[in-house]
Amino acid sequence: MSRWLKSGPVGEELSRRDFLKICTIVTATLGLPYTMVGKIEAAVKSKQRPPVIWLHFQECTGCTETLLRVSKPDVGKLILELISLDYHETLMAAAGHQAEEVLTQMVSKNEGKYICVVEGSVPLKEGGIYCKIGGKKAVDILKEVGGRSKAIVAVGNCASFGGVQSVDPNPTGATGVYKIIKDKPVINIPGCPPNAYNILSTLMYVLTFSKIPKLDKYNRPKFAYGRLIHSHCPRRAHFDSGRFAEKFGDEGHRQGWCLYKLGCKGPVTYANCPTTNFNEEDVWPISIGHPCVGCTEPKVGFHIPVMERVQPLEITPPAGYPPIKTKEGKVSAGGIALASGAVGAALGAAAMAASKLPDKEDEES
Amino acid sequence: MQAECVYEKIDRKLMTKPFLFFLLVLLASTVVIAIRFAKGLGFVSNMSDGYPWGIWITYDVVVGTAFGCGGYALAILIYILNKREFTPLIRSALLTSALGYSLAGFSVVVDLGRYWNMYGLLLPTRWNLSSVLLEVALCIMAYTLVLWVEFLPTFAERFGIDVKKLEKVTMVAVILGLILPTMHQSSLGSLHLISTVKLSPLWHSSFLPLLFLVSVVLMGYGMTAVESLLSSYSFKRPYETHLLKKLSPYMIYLGFGWLILRFLDLIFFEKMKYLFSDSFLSVMFFLEVFLFLVPSVLFWSDRQNLTPRRIFIYSFLYVLGGTLYRFNVYLVAWSPGDNWVYFPSFMETLITLGIVSLEVLIYLVIVKKFPVLPATQGVK
Repeated sequence: MSRWLKSGPVGEELSRRDFLKICTIVTATLGLPYTMVGKIEAAVKSKQRPPVIWLHFQECTGCTETLLRVSKPDVGKLILELISLDYHETLMAAAGHQAEEVLTQMVSKNEGKYICVVEGSVPLKEGGIYCKIGGKKAVDILKEVGGRSKAIVAVGNCASFGGVQSVDPNPTGATGVYKIIKDKPVINIPGCPPNAYNILSTLMYVLTFSKIPKLDKYNRPKFAYGRLIHSHCPRRAHFDSGRFAEKFGDEGHRQGWCLYKLGCKGPVTYANCPTTNFNEEDVWPISIGHPCVGCTEPKVGFHIPVMERVQPLEITPPAGYPPIKTKEGKVSAGGIALASGAVGAALGAAAMAASKLPDKEDEES
Repeated sequence: MQAECVYEKIDRKLMTKPFLFFLLVLLASTVVIAIRFAKGLGFVSNMSDGYPWGIWITYDVVVGTAFGCGGYALAILIYILNKREFTPLIRSALLTSALGYSLAGFSVVVDLGRYWNMYGLLLPTRWNLSSVLLEVALCIMAYTLVLWVEFLPTFAERFGIDVKKLEKVTMVAVILGLILPTMHQSSLGSLHLISTVKLSPLWHSSFLPLLFLVSVVLMGYGMTAVESLLSSYSFKRPYETHLLKKLSPYMIYLGFGWLILRFLDLIFFEKMKYLFSDSFLSVMFFLEVFLFLVPSVLFWSDRQNLTPRRIFIYSFLYVLGGTLYRFNVYLVAWSPGDNWVYFPSFMETLITLGIVSLEVLIYLVIVKKFPVLPATQGVK
């Protein structure tokens, strides 16, 4: 945000250099080949910026905050040049009835074309009375706005799986979007917050290819949630060598050893945190000495105590390590047979000769 | 010098059954040698990056030249200790030596991966002067030449050339023949001084060169006795028991001397603790020690009534002991890492057998065509 303020007035023309940079970052995050940069560039360049409607329900706005902290592109360029963010309660200037008016207009104007981003869980208990905006229940807004969208992107653990509000006894009946909307594609980008580039890349993907990226069983895009944090953890070598921090602030903790014994959920959590740095710096729990809490998982984050140890999902590596020593050299049966035969024959011949030689002194034959 | 004794050729049929058998083995082996040069080392042998030498070096070169040290061992007695009475044994011993060394050289040619670079041995500019192997190679080459020069009078006699004319040449050859084996036979032990971690501590020792040298002289005497008794038996000639009896004290000294050195090293360098540390290597060690100890004790206890059979058995045990010692140092107790295995392949062993056969065949031809063995009537 600060960078955007410094860089000039809102809506300043995006330089080609910056523009290509954004396209490249997005392509890389998606794990797409470099040749795709051009395609993304073309899609983003088209006059028709994809309309995005951003709904907030039971949440803390942390996901929005993290998106605002991205500097490549900064949020000004994002919402004014890359996407058409038509409704966002935190960012829009309008308020009250005026704001709701915009929402209704946008939904009818772009019916079936816009992407609906949802931040926050939807309460279902007692008819969903626990979250209302403009007198309308969250679940109704979701069904109306989400139901008329092209696709729904549930951002953050709350929208994806219910988040912190869904913790037992879940007084509001907080529920993830994909449990409610069944007739539209719902992409979950869980995390507390999710990495901004995962949000951005997913939006760009849908925009560029007009289709949903490959998802896992929890509707998470595989490009971002395909592997365990444990698999790429910068502290993994310490885990493998058995060097663990036992207490916060102990010698091991200060040395940067593995946080598994402090309750790290990295071994059961699928996310790209170790490979796609948060906030454009290497700032995420494990990097700053806190165990992973598993915020991208439906049943880990907010459900298993932060300091509780988990059973790693992949105890042994998927492929066996090659042995340090491999058997080398060969022994052949034929060789053994011939060599032992020859030695045997030589010894036998010697024994034979010995038996034939006279055992009498000075015998002249 | 050798004129003090009269020699005769064994005038017998060449094509005997054993001769044909060895010829057959040689033919089979020649085919394999051809394959080796056509297809390369890896095709015929089980040698690997871990075991860069196998049975060809261990048996044909290290043991083979040790078998061929009868000439050297006898030369020590005859020319240094001035025991002229052993002269009748020298020619056949020299023949065995010359054959053993020549065929060891041939084995090296078969064994060398890049044999076409071998001419480098003759170019001093290409020498690596800190290489023990260079010393061994040059020494063995020179000694093979020397052995044939020493043996020259035998051929000269056959073709009626005056042996006296050769004496000056053979004199030099004899002197060289005493120096060269001392150098390279001990060097065959020195080669393994660098195998500090690859060779079992029971065998690795700073005494390696000395142990190799002492045992090679012992093997030389043992081989001379075995060979003399065997040819006496097969050619139906009188046994040279009287000479071999005189040889036995030297074998006893060397046998016990070798054992003392062997154990001095183990005690002095505190290696006795390894004696029972590895069941297989321990067995090999004790087998080796017994093959030196048993004949030494028996030779000693039987010294009053030595018969051809006993001399043969005891000498053979010595030869076996020396052979096992060399196998242990070069292959059995030597390990590049416990993941490596080596056992000679069929074709590899066949080449070795072929080379042994060739040795026997040439020996048979030469003793039957040239005056090598002492004349039956003309001893002294």
